Amino acid sequence: MFGWEFPPHIAGGLGTACYGMVKGLLHNDVEVLFVMPSASGDEDGTVAKIINASDVEAVASTSTPIDVLEKLNFLRIGSNMVPYIDPIAFGELVESERRTQGEWLEKINFKQKYKFSGKYGANLMEEVARYAMVAATIATQHDFDVIHAHDWLTYLAGIAAKRVSGKPLVIHVHATEFDRSGERVNTEVFRLEKMGMEAADRVMTVSNLTRNIVVNKYGINPAKVVTVHNAVDFSGKDELVVTRNVPEKVVTFLGRITFQKGPEYFIEAAAKVLKRCPEGVRFVMAGSGDLLNKSIRRVAALGIADKFHFTGFLRGMDVQKMFAYSDVYVMPSVSEPFGISPLEAMRTGVPTIISKQSGVAEVLRHAIKVDFWDVDALSDAIYGLIKYPALVDMASRCGLDEVNSLKWDHAAEKIKKVYESVIE
Amino acid sequence: MQTNPSICFYFQVHQPDRLRQYRFFDIGNDHYYFDEFLNRTILRRVADTCYLPMNALIKDLIVSTKGQFKVAFSISGSAIDQFEKYAPEVLESFRDLASTGCVEFLGETYSHSLASLTNPDQFTAQVKMHSDLIKKHFGKKPASFRNTELVYSDQIGKMVSKLGFSCMLTEGARGILGWKSPNYLYTCAAAPKLKLLLRNFKLSDDMAFRFSNQSWNEWPLTADKYVAWLQEAAGDAQVINLFMDYETFGEHQKASGGILEFFKAVVKLVLAKGGIDFITPAQAAKKFDGVAELNVPYPISWADEERDTTAWLGNELQNEAFSKLYALSDKVVAAEDAAITKDFLRLQESDHFYYMCTKFFSDGAVHSYFNPYASPYDAFINYMNVLSDFALRVNNKLKQD
Repeated sequence: MFGWEFPPHIAGGLGTACYGMVKGLLHNDVEVLFVMPSASGDEDGTVAKIINASDVEAVASTSTPIDVLEKLNFLRIGSNMVPYIDPIAFGELVESERRTQGEWLEKINFKQKYKFSGKYGANLMEEVARYAMVAATIATQHDFDVIHAHDWLTYLAGIAAKRVSGKPLVIHVHATEFDRSGERVNTEVFRLEKMGMEAADRVMTVSNLTRNIVVNKYGINPAKVVTVHNAVDFSGKDELVVTRNVPEKVVTFLGRITFQKGPEYFIEAAAKVLKRCPEGVRFVMAGSGDLLNKSIRRVAALGIADKFHFTGFLRGMDVQKMFAYSDVYVMPSVSEPFGISPLEAMRTGVPTIISKQSGVAEVLRHAIKVDFWDVDALSDAIYGLIKYPALVDMASRCGLDEVNSLKWDHAAEKIKKVYESVIE
Repeated sequence: MQTNPSICFYFQVHQPDRLRQYRFFDIGNDHYYFDEFLNRTILRRVADTCYLPMNALIKDLIVSTKGQFKVAFSISGSAIDQFEKYAPEVLESFRDLASTGCVEFLGETYSHSLASLTNPDQFTAQVKMHSDLIKKHFGKKPASFRNTELVYSDQIGKMVSKLGFSCMLTEGARGILGWKSPNYLYTCAAAPKLKLLLRNFKLSDDMAFRFSNQSWNEWPLTADKYVAWLQEAAGDAQVINLFMDYETFGEHQKASGGILEFFKAVVKLVLAKGGIDFITPAQAAKKFDGVAELNVPYPISWADEERDTTAWLGNELQNEAFSKLYALSDKVVAAEDAAITKDFLRLQESDHFYYMCTKFFSDGAVHSYFNPYASPYDAFINYMNVLSDFALRVNNKLKQD
């Protein structure tokens, strides 16, 4: 299995999902060899054998010349990629780096260990390509039945491993470029994603929403695209007791403040609710992102800043604490392949409102669902949860039962079936 | 005295006043709660697919059998109000049926409410209102009673008996009947003078739910087969009670599937074979004696597998909305305002609580057909917003006086 990160060092939800999945697979008698670009050594090695790609020499000597040719051939495809992921955010940074590095492909030293950063950054494309080469090596050194690659960063690695081993490839789509960037997709990332999906024997998506994107926007044969909904693993997380110092109800948005997460709809809804009930409720926007400043300006312009608070980026226990402080959790995402955070909120007994444009809406029944753009419906749902205690009791109690039933063991069972379908 | 076994058909006619999307900003600002367009659209559709063609068919049957065919209807006040507003010709065709003398109109609560479960005063008032309405339109006060969704208990039976009804219809629930047959008359344990007619749910549902179900092992159901079942059941029976929604014919089950023709064929075949006649509830109560007392300490209904009231009052959302609504009833009475009283009645329609049911998560098709909301949470929020405004209005009115 090719991943990009694994707990405890994670930047996004992918690492957590991989951890739960690997554990679930283990319970279903599937052994996992987990490859990641930069392991630190403190990952949980009891659930899977962790391979640190930084410790592996690219291109092993056991390869036959034909293999090498194939690999080079494949890498040339990779070399057409320009090393940046988002023209706006990374353009300049990468341009300068490219000038100093020259043609980066030529700099790849085939007999060298490469230190992967494992972080999202400017030389991401380079890392993706190197990771793929190392993956090919790893594929010749180990014995396995199926290759499983998570998200576009590792698709190349998956393809490379498939080329040298001839073993079936399953790719797992946790998010697509359309989710991350709306319609302003990065064509290079898109190409890479499409290449991965086309080369794969099966494509797994985290929701039907994502499945539709894969089928419609990437033109992948629907017969080979399977939805396996994510699950959650709460073991090891204890109940958190916090003392609250505000008498008001707290309505929370928690996540990256970016286009994808729909922060503006939360703000507009907050203004509508506050107009109706100026007392008794506060709004919190936790997180950071490129729309943070714009959001703050909007809150000020609406004149609700005394009741609307920003916390900045939260990490670790603070996230848990924020949930414990909340009375209502809102996820108004414009596009959310799955969306694990409402589950975390529900686990804390917090009733949630989620957008219908999230994959998690497909599995949750005890969350209130609204269209992300329907600010009236959103504010109405918030109002209902503030004013009608019976709604809170029901959503909270049933929600808790519901999230506790979303087990990785069940999801892994489905994944195992997908594996079996490609192993002939 | 040897008496023929009988078949008693009763059809429920009801249309709820569905709420419009009522946001919290509307609270205190806008006092119109109903989705006029949706209600009219649905009523017009059902009038064309069911009420009008089916009334015509029943009229034909009565005429062509020279009055041997008889049926009973229970039409809620809500439905009659909607007929007056959107489809007066439907009301006219019911009046036409009334004039044949072969149709009995039953008593119920005016607004198809569940008041019998919580508020005897409201219940009594609504039943009287409904009786007056039926007299106004069809010339006769009802003699038999059916409660909303066939909800019944000993207590309710006692109230109904006090209101002057001689018989009442309810579900032949397995839980209360045990080994006993639903095809006999029983009497109410708390009011022995009240006779009870129990729905034969197997034969009723064969027609109402399973007729067009192609995965049913008895599909396709022919009149021959069905009448054979009726005769088999009648061999040892006083009366076979076939109670169902009137919308079964042409709306829930499309006319293209042959349900109307089937119904007609069944009636004709029963009469052709002889030995069984048709009867209305009031006639059945006169003709037969009750064979035993029936003890029903807890309310039963005709809904779902459980035959209890949990489809309307089974979760905290429903209980909360229900108790908040009825907490207002004394104030509504004190307010003495026609518009407020009217809205209070409409808000009591059992349908509003049905939309908040979470049981359909597991037990699907029937519930979702009747539901204009995507989720019970949506239904609850909308209803509570309306109720909040309603409470404001009631309180303001009382302050003014």
